[in-house]
Amino acid sequence: MDRSVNLLDLALGLDEPSPLRGKVVLIEDCVETSGSFVLHQMMKRVLSPHSSDSLIFLAFARPFSHYDRVLRKLGCNLSTQKTNNRLVFVDMLMMKCSDNESGVAKLFREIQGTVGKLRSVTNSNITVMVDDMSLLEIAATNSNSDHVLDFLHYCHTLTSESNCSLVTLNHEDIYSSMERPAYLLQMVCLADIVIKAEPLASGLANDVHGQLTVVNKGMISSKSGKGSSRNKLQNFQFRIKENGIEYFYPGCSRN
Amino acid sequence: MADSIFRKLRDGGEEGELAPALTIEETVASPFALDVSCYLLANLSSSILAGKSKSEGLVLVTFSRSPSFYLQFLKQKGIFVSSSSKWIRVLDCYTDPLGWIDQPSPGVITEGSSLIKLHKCVSDLKRLFSSIIEAGREMVGDGKTRFSVAIDSVNELLRHSSMPLVSGLLTDLRSHAQVSSLFWSLNTDLHQEKVTNALEYISTMKANLEPFCPSSDGKRNALENLFLVHQDFGKGRFHIRFKLRKGRVRVMSEEYHVDQTGINFSPISSVETIIAATKSLIPKVHFNLQLSEKERVEKEKVVLPFEHQDHGKSTEIYDGRRTLADGKTEATPLSSGELQADVVSSGKGGEIIYFRDSDDEHPDSDEDPDDDLDI
Repeated sequence: MDRSVNLLDLALGLDEPSPLRGKVVLIEDCVETSGSFVLHQMMKRVLSPHSSDSLIFLAFARPFSHYDRVLRKLGCNLSTQKTNNRLVFVDMLMMKCSDNESGVAKLFREIQGTVGKLRSVTNSNITVMVDDMSLLEIAATNSNSDHVLDFLHYCHTLTSESNCSLVTLNHEDIYSSMERPAYLLQMVCLADIVIKAEPLASGLANDVHGQLTVVNKGMISSKSGKGSSRNKLQNFQFRIKENGIEYFYPGCSRN
Repeated sequence: MADSIFRKLRDGGEEGELAPALTIEETVASPFALDVSCYLLANLSSSILAGKSKSEGLVLVTFSRSPSFYLQFLKQKGIFVSSSSKWIRVLDCYTDPLGWIDQPSPGVITEGSSLIKLHKCVSDLKRLFSSIIEAGREMVGDGKTRFSVAIDSVNELLRHSSMPLVSGLLTDLRSHAQVSSLFWSLNTDLHQEKVTNALEYISTMKANLEPFCPSSDGKRNALENLFLVHQDFGKGRFHIRFKLRKGRVRVMSEEYHVDQTGINFSPISSVETIIAATKSLIPKVHFNLQLSEKERVEKEKVVLPFEHQDHGKSTEIYDGRRTLADGKTEATPLSSGELQADVVSSGKGGEIIYFRDSDDEHPDSDEDPDDDLDI
């Protein structure tokens, strides 16, 4: 089950080696359809026993016990991964950040330091995940979106210089489009891959819980000629089950 | 046609004129300004190395990607840059624009320290200007030899400084005697229209990338545009607008297509692309909204209920009461929401004038309307 590749994996290019290395992934969700499950799926992929990748998780939304419980159902033991140093869980609910530019700069320097330490012991991919950006904005910058964008820019430099991946979750429907239209767009522009979780156009359903649209912008790459996922836009539906997620194209039988 | 922009940048401006300047405009749905910049960078670098350009050096100011990204790209195109290269200098405003990092991280290129200079304070535009000129003079000296300037993106500059200051920086660069040509890119969805307009005023050329199915709704739907583009993502139209000296404007267009190796340009194909683009505007639902040819023909054959048969003559139904023509006296037509009013005429005694709810309501509307169908 772990080795099988589903539609989300294909859209992210996970059938290629190290596809997310050096990439920024933005997950956008809304009140009707939460995108947390995408984050959990990616956590499970990163911490899979078939890879030696590491994960730095900045938790602003929920405590460790919540993620532990969810990932256990998906077949991943977060406590073990913490002990193995594959998971660095930063509980931001406990930490107090000063709410000005120096606070978010300090947070970045800590992440940079952790990446450096991990990089000294492993050459595998390091993923930095943030759950979620809106709470980071409140906790670390006192609702200053400019500082959040500065923080994201610096995290982007980490992806290119230390070859990490950055995965962030943001709620697209909590920002008034009149006040800050550019803020959400800045985040979309920064991302190489945008995953949008939204409800079906027809509303709630028992057997289909929503749809995902994945835009894989990619970049000019040295892998010329490979069937890569640059400039691909894919849309498919999903159903959240007890121990996993099913993905399928509209109207197709689920696989 | 993208070649023509490159040639204008390569040839520079004439003596006594401000340097030609290009704005490359992208949107969230067509985010390929970086690819266009790389295309121009590669071409300019080749021409400088071959001695075919008016400028003898290039200063690259990076905001949105690391210097190593561009050096790696040039290497792929067969242009090798080493620490001893005298024709290029990179001003790194990407790695640490706000001075958050105390020491350079191990990943930063340390080879060729004069090749790549770290610039730590992007909000100080005067200092940025001096750094650019200094980097240029390092290559070409203080005399009359000129150099080109490439700024990968002004989006970050506009976040940290006001529009007039950024405008001032670009104009100062254009006015400098040793700057031969200059280009920058901008994402128009991230800024107000006045910012885009201001930058267009100070450029002599404007190139904009447009997806095949643009929305006319403006910036608020920029995100929706991205998700609407669908299989055309990576393709679109590339429009170039040249401002000629006498005031005339020349506009050229071609198509672009982006792949792993970069951006490719081709002449505009036939009308079929427009039709294909329009088709993708249909919303994604799970039922068919369009008619096939056969369905269209069948639809045209259907005989409609007679009030819509469009003979040209009005339909009248005799129902034993007075006809519609008699019923309509000098009374002005009432709006459809009005209740019927029984009006007793003063002079005649006992006359009821009945105003129907809507003018076009048939006299027999209270009967089963399906009785009229001729099936």
